[in-house]
Amino acid sequence: MSTGKTVVEKSQRAALIPLPSTTPPDPKVRNGTRLSDVDEWGRSEHMRSLVRQVGDPMYRWWFRVEWEGLEKIPTTGGALLVANHAGAIPSDAPVIMHGIERELGRPVYGLADYFFRTFPLVGTLWSRVGGVTAHPDNAFRLLRDQGQLVLVFPEGTKGPSKSFQDRYRLRRFGRGGFIEIAMRAGVPVVPIAVVGAEESMPILFRLPGVAKAVGVPYLPVTLNHLLLGPIVGSVLHLPSKFKLHVLDPITFDVPAGQERYSRSRIMEEAENIRQRIQDQLWEMLAQRRSVWLG
Amino acid sequence: MGRRVLITGLDTFWGGRMAQALESNPDIDVLVGLGTSEPKVQLERTEFVRTDQVYSVLTRLVRATQVDTIVHLFLVTDSTQMSRRKLHEVNVIGSMNLFAACGSAGSSIRHVIVKSSSLVYGSSAYDPTWFREEMPHSRPARNYVERSLIEVETFVRDFAEDNPHTLVTVLRFANVLGTDIATPMTFNLSRPLVPSIAGFDPLVQFVEEDDVIRSLEFVTRNEVPGLYNVAGDGRIPWSEVAAMCDRKLLGLPPFATRAAAAGLVRLGLIMFPPEMDSLLRFGRGVDTRRIKEAGFNFRYTTAGAVESFVQALRLRRTVGTSEPHYQYESDVESFFRHSPAVIRPSDR
Repeated sequence: MSTGKTVVEKSQRAALIPLPSTTPPDPKVRNGTRLSDVDEWGRSEHMRSLVRQVGDPMYRWWFRVEWEGLEKIPTTGGALLVANHAGAIPSDAPVIMHGIERELGRPVYGLADYFFRTFPLVGTLWSRVGGVTAHPDNAFRLLRDQGQLVLVFPEGTKGPSKSFQDRYRLRRFGRGGFIEIAMRAGVPVVPIAVVGAEESMPILFRLPGVAKAVGVPYLPVTLNHLLLGPIVGSVLHLPSKFKLHVLDPITFDVPAGQERYSRSRIMEEAENIRQRIQDQLWEMLAQRRSVWLG
Repeated sequence: MGRRVLITGLDTFWGGRMAQALESNPDIDVLVGLGTSEPKVQLERTEFVRTDQVYSVLTRLVRATQVDTIVHLFLVTDSTQMSRRKLHEVNVIGSMNLFAACGSAGSSIRHVIVKSSSLVYGSSAYDPTWFREEMPHSRPARNYVERSLIEVETFVRDFAEDNPHTLVTVLRFANVLGTDIATPMTFNLSRPLVPSIAGFDPLVQFVEEDDVIRSLEFVTRNEVPGLYNVAGDGRIPWSEVAAMCDRKLLGLPPFATRAAAAGLVRLGLIMFPPEMDSLLRFGRGVDTRRIKEAGFNFRYTTAGAVESFVQALRLRRTVGTSEPHYQYESDVESFFRHSPAVIRPSDR
């Protein structure tokens, strides 16, 4: 038998030169023992629960968050959440992430600008609480391969850096990259209109020269700075009333997994979603009686 | 007729290991190893040829031995090993000559395997969490090891294009940890204070040294062409790696990091090559689905590789260094095999 012969030959050679490396006795995979629960995206459930403990009173008693249409967010499978972005240090991202985790028990991964990662401490903390660099491949993996909820603000830094007089006027929705990712991953886009973030940290004016020197995308002087001083004012939001409205999910009738999608179709869909959020915002603002009481 | 294999860098850690792994393959008839110095491991049937580092004799050697497979392992991925100029000679000029020899008219070469590194992806804030093989580096390479490896890979691509009938395999390995390997990474993880950059806790990925050899052996044996990432599953934070090694983190300032590290490097407390600066800020992850689909099974995950390293470290601390000691078995075996004093069954 030829196979038997080879085995004998191999073992003879192995006896001649005792080498452990290539054929260890146990062919099982060694997984190792992890000491933390940080996942491949940098998210740690332990850190999340710490943030939940601090953030929950803030969510309930400070911002007094109210959701409408929460049932439209899928309870299983991937979905791309798209919202308007506002406030010098945007409070909408943590509110949406915490809210969905609290109400639906699902983790949300928030896509953020590359800039976050270059900044010491901030980048690491953001990553531990569920922030992910907004790379198309990251979004695709989360949505398609892992079926997670992903939150994205297509306005990017243009949203939070706008002045207070432009409040609730949506900026350009990037180049529509988020539509292309949702199409490729074959997941629905769920638009969310957020009212309240604009007033929680309104920008009075910006210091572009200083921002450039420090190496940040924008450096705002906010109402919070005037009222609370430079340090507390940089971290504490004003207690504006938060209202979030989840709009009907949008599914695209295009095959998933394609390399490229029609650019005109992408831009059209992006503009459509932008308009829907904008219209919803106008409607919510028309009904709002007070910034602080809702 | 069996295969005839040529290995470069026989005197390096990987060259020796790979030769040992291939020696036990009965399909390989001839095994030739090139090196600038004597091989450091015990080899049974590999023939050693001393050459200079730029392989000026290679064309003649290939023609004379009619080798069909070249395993190119002599690529330096650690900038502390040699000067910038020498590294350029070894990586860029060496590979250039190697591919020139492989591609010469009437060449007998059927398969070329190159041991590259995931350094070609670089490490920056703009990176995806997982690099796939076809993704380019996000930002232009900022240190010379990365640049030289990227240049080597362009030679590989050109060679593959010019020689469509030759199989070309490139394996890009993540940072290696294991029982025996010594790199700046293992140096740092075996000292009491592990360097880190304050405010950054990057997710890193490792591959165990056995998996390195096994994957190289896998693509050589099965003649698998293509470009593959090779790394253990999962990414773990640098702080956790240090904790697994029972080490404390030493936070270097996030600004002027290399200047701050220079003093500690001079004192011999840490090793901090430029490629480690960006790695300890942003980490790096590579997608290994492609090599798994090709049929390769990893024995270690990233955490498993760290564990393997830690256990070897603990063992070394207790029993001292595991220098290759006198192995009477091999001498006795060699006596049984070759001595005229032994009466063999075939002689009777």
